[in-house]
Amino acid sequence: MQDALFYTFAFLTLVFGFLVVANPFSRNPVTSAMFLVLTIVSLAGLFVLLHAFFLAAVQILVYAGAVMVLFLFVIMMLDLKEEERRKIKTLGIVGGLVSAGAILTIFLNSLLKAPLGAVQSPAVEGGTVPLAKLLFSQYLLPFEIVSVLLLVAIVGVVLLSKKDLK
Amino acid sequence: MNVGLEHYLVVSMLLFCLGLLGVIVRRNLLVIYMSLELMLNAANLALVAFSRYTDSLDGQVFVFFIITVAAAEVSVGLALIVALYRKRQTAHVEDLTTLKL
Repeated sequence: MQDALFYTFAFLTLVFGFLVVANPFSRNPVTSAMFLVLTIVSLAGLFVLLHAFFLAAVQILVYAGAVMVLFLFVIMMLDLKEEERRKIKTLGIVGGLVSAGAILTIFLNSLLKAPLGAVQSPAVEGGTVPLAKLLFSQYLLPFEIVSVLLLVAIVGVVLLSKKDLK
Repeated sequence: MNVGLEHYLVVSMLLFCLGLLGVIVRRNLLVIYMSLELMLNAANLALVAFSRYTDSLDGQVFVFFIITVAAAEVSVGLALIVALYRKRQTAHVEDLTTLKL
């Protein structure tokens, strides 16, 4: 059962991810954004299979909710009709395929050689309580720093979107 | 064959390569940005898989921080794209050649 679910979600993730990058039917950024939402939702499924329940919920709330709404909002504000008329250059495709293939070879080689040391019967559960305990004890300082970072991001965005940007 | 750490790592690798392909091939700033998100998500998947199969929660805390930073990064980046669009009326990388000699 678990294996079948893994293969389903992995397949869906990769297919939707491919459709984000290279949709043969449409070059519209809105289509890409919609497929990115589907990719993120199937990734959340994989997170559930890895017993990371809290992260699966956060993934859907933050990525599929907040971040994608932001993307769609910006797409709506900009007029991107022109994109569909432009041609993709062959050089770009060849360069992209070569570099992606090269990095995939490096990854696969290191995966084959690395001693992974995986535990046979993992017992860790990524529920809210154990994560919160870790977050508010061992990782308290990074947590506070991240809150400052969010404040900086808010100030930065407000400054950037002012009308008379100097 | 049982699904193990390797399977998740292979999915994460392939997703990362798809994102890299998108960053290089696509010419629209917004789509490039979405491909970047794809790469970030691939890294997250690898971290969660490692966290599960090494029996420690540290990886998941790390992913939590990555998601937070990614949200901040997206908001700032999109604000930059909007500011750029206001000035140059384009979101296409081939039109942004100010740095070209």
